[in-house]
Amino acid sequence: MARPMDEIKWQELEIGAAVSETGNSREYKTGTWRSLRPVVDKTQCISCGVCWLFCPDAAIARSEEGHFQADLDYCKGCGICARECPVGCISMVNEEG
Amino acid sequence: MARERKGIEVSLAVAEAVGQADCDVISAYPITPQTHIVEHLSELVADGHLDAEFVPVESEHSAMSVCCGAAAVGARTFTSTSSQGLALMAEIFFIASSLRLPVVMALANRSLSGPLSIWNDHTDTMMVRDGGWIHVFVENGQDAYDHVFWAFRVGEDPAVRLPVAINLDGFILTHMIEPVEFEDDETIKRYVPEYRMEKPLHPDKPLSMGCFGMPEIYSEAQMAREQALVGSFPVCVKAWEEWAELTGRHYRPIETYRNDDAEYAIVTMGSLGETAMAAVDELRDRGEKVGVIKIRLWRPFPFEDLRKAAEGKKALIVLDRAISFGGPGGPVALEVRSALYKRPQAPAVVNYVAGLAGRDVSVEDFRSIILEGKAKAAGGETEGYTFYGLRA
Repeated sequence: MARPMDEIKWQELEIGAAVSETGNSREYKTGTWRSLRPVVDKTQCISCGVCWLFCPDAAIARSEEGHFQADLDYCKGCGICARECPVGCISMVNEEG
Repeated sequence: MARERKGIEVSLAVAEAVGQADCDVISAYPITPQTHIVEHLSELVADGHLDAEFVPVESEHSAMSVCCGAAAVGARTFTSTSSQGLALMAEIFFIASSLRLPVVMALANRSLSGPLSIWNDHTDTMMVRDGGWIHVFVENGQDAYDHVFWAFRVGEDPAVRLPVAINLDGFILTHMIEPVEFEDDETIKRYVPEYRMEKPLHPDKPLSMGCFGMPEIYSEAQMAREQALVGSFPVCVKAWEEWAELTGRHYRPIETYRNDDAEYAIVTMGSLGETAMAAVDELRDRGEKVGVIKIRLWRPFPFEDLRKAAEGKKALIVLDRAISFGGPGGPVALEVRSALYKRPQAPAVVNYVAGLAGRDVSVEDFRSIILEGKAKAAGGETEGYTFYGLRA
């Protein structure tokens, strides 16, 4: 488990601010950056995986029932999936609304 | 130990030193007046005298990138550049120090365009003054040869792990044939042992270098860099002391000449120190109590050593070979003034900018600068700077 960045003192950084605990970017939840959330209409989804392919943050994964779903811990709400979906089943919904 | 003294072009002596230090990776792009250094290194590699990778690249940006990549896996790396090449390299220059990669670079100092000029001054190095590297200035061919080993030794020290720039005046040093004492390979091996990097990039133990730094961590990362550079100071001094034990040649962060009882001292950096010494000898013969203070270590700046050298002086006359447009004059004077600010009995500081883009600064010029500077100090004219020898 990586320590939160705002708790690390300068003396505790690895040399050159290197990170030797690999894969710990998983613990950095970038989902808080999001203002729009992708919502999939599962009745329209054809499970083609185009959204998964285009997601620039690799935040989309296949669910057990075969649909593709964004992991909201990491999805920044860029909307590329909604734009690229060939059947238009993804809509971007205001987080606050 | 065997020691050979020979007349050699300083660029070639630097290249020979890099070879003696058993460098692993050399990457560079030719630019005047640095070219002879890497040209000779490419010969040493091609002729089988040096077992190293010589990577010719399409730009200085790539040269420093190759050096960073090689240094990240623990290779001993070297490059060399000047002026516009350094400008093109600037982005990766800062990254080398932020990743704490001990790349060694011979920086053959040259003016920056424009007007276009290939000649020597310190404008290029001042551009990267704040780049987090250790900066040393050499005065002659022997200094240049010696400091190649010193640079690897200091930069690779586990307590330091920083890149080192060896500043040597373009043409005045790079293209001059000088007598240089060569140490034997055994001596060099003892001084620069095989480099073993702690935590290199390696597939068996994955590591991320150069990660994104959010506002929450950037300040801490910068403080770590600052502390590494400041903390390198005792290592720099110790490495010089050990070199003196091996070779009998002594170096210090601040070096002085006829300075102990001097009332006025001229402050220089680089090859002009020797000309200043000749001028001081002449002035001493005429009864003037003058001396020379030479700044060898530019970063980390030796504040305490400078204050000590300045003790008891009426004025320091600082010669700068670069100008900070719209700023305080020369960058060296700025540092000297900062070092002395609010110190009791601090000497006055008179600043001259001279020797830009290869314009000669002769013994006579130094004599005028020292005497004129002395008069300025006496008259209280210590603000700003004077452009020496400017037609106006």
